[in-house]
Amino acid sequence: MNNIIIEVENLKKDFYVGDVTVRALKGINLQIAKGEFVAIMGASGSGKSTMLNILGCLEKPSEGEYKLDGVSISALNKNELAELRNEKLGFVFQSYNLLSRTSALENVELPLFYNSRVKAKERKERAIAALESVGLLDRMHHMPNQLSGGQQQRVAIARSLVNDPVVILADEATGNLDTRTSYEIMELFQRLNSDRGKTIVFVTHEPDIARLTSRNIIFRDGWVVREEQVKDRTYASEIIKLLPVDELDVKITKS
Amino acid sequence: MNYINLAKIAKNALLRNKFRAFLTMLGIIIGVASVIAMLAIGQGSKKSIQDQMSSMGSNLVFIMPGSQQRGGVMMGNSGTQSLKLADAEAIRLQCPDVTAVSPEVRSNAQAVFGNQNWPTTMFGGNTFYLGIKKFEVESGRLFTDKEIAGLAKVCLIGKTVAKNIFPKGTDPIGQTIRFKTVPMKVIGILKEKGENSFGQDQDDILFAPYTTVQRRFLAIDYITGIYTSAASEAKTSAAIDEMTEVMRRQHKISKPTDDDFRVMSQAELVKTFTSISDILTALLGVISGISLLVGGIGIMNIMYVSVTERTREIGLRMSIGGKGRDILMQFLIESTMLSVTGGVIGILFGYLISSLVGSLMGWPVVIMTNSVVLAFLVCSAIGIFFGWYPAKKAANLNPIDALRYE
Repeated sequence: MNNIIIEVENLKKDFYVGDVTVRALKGINLQIAKGEFVAIMGASGSGKSTMLNILGCLEKPSEGEYKLDGVSISALNKNELAELRNEKLGFVFQSYNLLSRTSALENVELPLFYNSRVKAKERKERAIAALESVGLLDRMHHMPNQLSGGQQQRVAIARSLVNDPVVILADEATGNLDTRTSYEIMELFQRLNSDRGKTIVFVTHEPDIARLTSRNIIFRDGWVVREEQVKDRTYASEIIKLLPVDELDVKITKS
Repeated sequence: MNYINLAKIAKNALLRNKFRAFLTMLGIIIGVASVIAMLAIGQGSKKSIQDQMSSMGSNLVFIMPGSQQRGGVMMGNSGTQSLKLADAEAIRLQCPDVTAVSPEVRSNAQAVFGNQNWPTTMFGGNTFYLGIKKFEVESGRLFTDKEIAGLAKVCLIGKTVAKNIFPKGTDPIGQTIRFKTVPMKVIGILKEKGENSFGQDQDDILFAPYTTVQRRFLAIDYITGIYTSAASEAKTSAAIDEMTEVMRRQHKISKPTDDDFRVMSQAELVKTFTSISDILTALLGVISGISLLVGGIGIMNIMYVSVTERTREIGLRMSIGGKGRDILMQFLIESTMLSVTGGVIGILFGYLISSLVGSLMGWPVVIMTNSVVLAFLVCSAIGIFFGWYPAKKAANLNPIDALRYE
């Protein structure tokens, strides 16, 4: 049984800006196995965002091979890519990207609307289950503007879970949050990874956050310059205990 | 992708901006309501013309004298004396599709009773005349053929004349009025008919035997018109042909251009006047159609802004598996929902305005089902047509750029 979820081989991506060719990725090789929690790190311009876009099937490589869960994406057209995203991928963004004036429940349901095999009843049940797994069951009828940043990101995580994806792609998912909330979100990711075996690819430039994952892949100038297993892996739940207690934060996150 | 899901997505998206959705619909609402109301008013005026015309007898066919040449001098239509009693008699005998014939002569003068007087027109005809022109005798009686032959000094009186020369409470029947100094005995009262579509008071008349008017008041041997009833409205054109033929034979005319008479039917007159009303309706319809168009452009404008404003939403939808055509359909359904909902509200308002105009201003209104159906179809078409471009723009967005859009 093949355990490799993401397989990238000699992958290149060029952009054409006027007459200039920008080589964003110059030949990437990487493999991510089922159940891994991988951090992709790098400075801006290192190509990590481009990598994430390709991993997320939002973009096709110029050259090379990318197989997601055994499916080579080079041969797929736009619509097939959309179906692939719908069924196999979950996205978590830095700025949450929730629909405004739409309840948490409906936001979480959204990916299933684009899957005609899921009926209305099942859609709702799965969305509720996803919200429960991020601890927001009692907030499912709240609008995004009635939720704190951390809660909004939890809704976004629930949304990425609802289609039961093979991999969750998170792009700077803690970038807009304060330290405590960041660790709470990371705790959730760690729990999803360890308890439910979710494969997670996490793009970040914060070393502290990267240390919470199991493996780090460091990009620079379109190359993978280093790849390492995290030896002294920390757990977000323990760090939170060490953080100074902020009254306001406790109140908000108590629920 | 199923359309029920897309419709739900579109509905939710619209409900997120209720006020904006309402304002967008307003253009369509006003457009549709005005189209419906304007067409209803136009149709109403057309129908009222038709009704009033046919109240004068939809099977009415009449002959007026035409222009005539006399020694190289063209005579005007009214100056000619071409119609004779013999013509009326020939039509009565020779036209199978004509059921009733009456000559007509008119004389204008003051009707006098006691110290009251009133300017009016005395029409002269035979016993069929009232039937042909759809007059009825309310009380009293019509004159007889014997009285016609005897140039009897009897007349029937219209309500307007009666009101103006008889003091209140006086029964006109049996009274003697004077017309051009000739004493005339009132033998009957005509039933009220009201104004015709040109605002003419049809009750401002006196009616007497044509012989009396012709000899005693006008001292002429010709007649000013021949009024007939065709067997039915459908037979009017056949009756016109027969009468034209008989008249040409009577007047020994070989070329149609030499005709010294004109045969006309009420149906033709109705056609002429309703065509004016049709032009008016079309004009009103076009103007309100333009407002509908402007409403459509309003939808396009809002959808266009909305696509730009919701770029990130579109990016998100694409990243979680929305295909280009899902996005396209979502925006098309949104714009169609706006225009169709606006259309339905507009139709209701159109009904409301029409009935208000009908009851408050007393204008005749007729709401045509096909104008409602048309308005509805046009609305749906507008939604799709004006929604297409913004929807296409949304569908063609690159998901990565859309997600990063600020």
